[in-house]
Amino acid sequence: MYNCVVINPNDTAGTLTTDVLAGDTVNYNINGKDYSLKAEEKIKIFHKIALKDIKKGDVIIKYGCKIGYATEDIKKGAHIHTHNLDSKMTN
Amino acid sequence: MKFKGYRRPDGKIGIRNHVLILPCSLCASETARFISSQVPGSVYIPNQGGCAIVKADLEITLKVLSGFAANPNVYGTVVVGNTCEIVQADLLVGRIKELTNKPVEKVVIRDAGGTIKAAELGVKYAMQMSIEASKCVKEEADISELILATECGGSDPTSGLAANPTLGYVSDKLVSLGGISILSETSELVGTEDILAPRCKDEKTAERLLEIIKNNEEYFEKAGESLRDGNPSTGNKEGGLTTLEEKSLGCIHKAGYSTIMKVYDYGEQIDTNEKGLVVMDTPGQDVASVAAMAAGGAQIVIFTTGRGTPTGSGIVPVIKITGNAETAELMADNIDFDASAIIGGKSSIEEKGEELFELMLQIADGRKSKAEALGFNDMSMARKCNFC
Repeated sequence: MYNCVVINPNDTAGTLTTDVLAGDTVNYNINGKDYSLKAEEKIKIFHKIALKDIKKGDVIIKYGCKIGYATEDIKKGAHIHTHNLDSKMTN
Repeated sequence: MKFKGYRRPDGKIGIRNHVLILPCSLCASETARFISSQVPGSVYIPNQGGCAIVKADLEITLKVLSGFAANPNVYGTVVVGNTCEIVQADLLVGRIKELTNKPVEKVVIRDAGGTIKAAELGVKYAMQMSIEASKCVKEEADISELILATECGGSDPTSGLAANPTLGYVSDKLVSLGGISILSETSELVGTEDILAPRCKDEKTAERLLEIIKNNEEYFEKAGESLRDGNPSTGNKEGGLTTLEEKSLGCIHKAGYSTIMKVYDYGEQIDTNEKGLVVMDTPGQDVASVAAMAAGGAQIVIFTTGRGTPTGSGIVPVIKITGNAETAELMADNIDFDASAIIGGKSSIEEKGEELFELMLQIADGRKSKAEALGFNDMSMARKCNFC
């Protein structure tokens, strides 16, 4: 079952369509191809999950566009939200 | 690709064949409703404005009302004036005649001798137009003559994931076939400046786009309000949205990925020769935004919603789509298209987009949308100033 929506193939953030717990498998589909990853932590429905390792200062992509910058290193499968994503680049 | 419509004497093609009863002002609205109620199939527009307005708002009102009359979905118009309003019947008729050579008649309540006598005259005009309109025969037109208005309202987390991308697919497809699609709601473009400006056809268009977003923010600042403060809201953040860019991207996604060819003022006539994706400067209030795009000449509206909304338009069919399965079920009376299968991965944006495109063609050909079947003619107009 898919429990994550990825709008654009270039996205680094996916949106969960169910609640997940640490260790849960997250499945999604892009252009007919299936992908999966492990959730690193508990994440709520409609919140974002990192689809790959993201370095501090990297842009975070959703809808194929920049939605902001990573304010710390983000591990693949981690929750992306206000604690590690901001509109502005910070040092 | 083709659709069937009514060719108007001004060359445009409509997908409906309305006789419009158009009040100049709030004072003439009830008499206009009274006239319309006597002529089956006619539509009237409740007009809350038209008087006690400043010059800038007179211009907006004339643009919207004359735009309605010129909309190709309208066969002809009976203008109803009171006597003393700022939007004088003669003024409005003059503006309509600048835009189109379609039939237009005028009734002024005081001149006629009150509502009953005005209604007698109005019904006579409307009845005659109704007969003439019924003689119009539909003809085939190329899809490139279709102007689609996109709108979103009552959004929730499913809007940005399913409903808006599905509409974005339809918008991009229409544009690729040579049609026109309109992106609106300037207040929801705030925060997407860096994304939208490079998508404009040229520098001039980008400058104009940035200008309408800036003017919109400044307008609210003058009144001591801010569009950015607390946006995304606490509720948005609780729901999973982090940045304003992300929230606005979900909204602009309903216009797909096409190049922005032109930026129009509120209610301005859309140039039918300038094909592709265009932007219209409208407020985020759904009904006032739809009104402006209908006035600009859009023949059809696709409206995405998360929580569900029943609104329609007397001028243009409004197709409602949602990505929220619960809303699709709870508000089945109001929702035309359910895109929620995308959320569970049971369907793709492309698959739902193709289905929605097909529904748009069916509705263009005459199938009624839910809001149309319910006879809804919601009306609202943007204003620069409060009533005087």
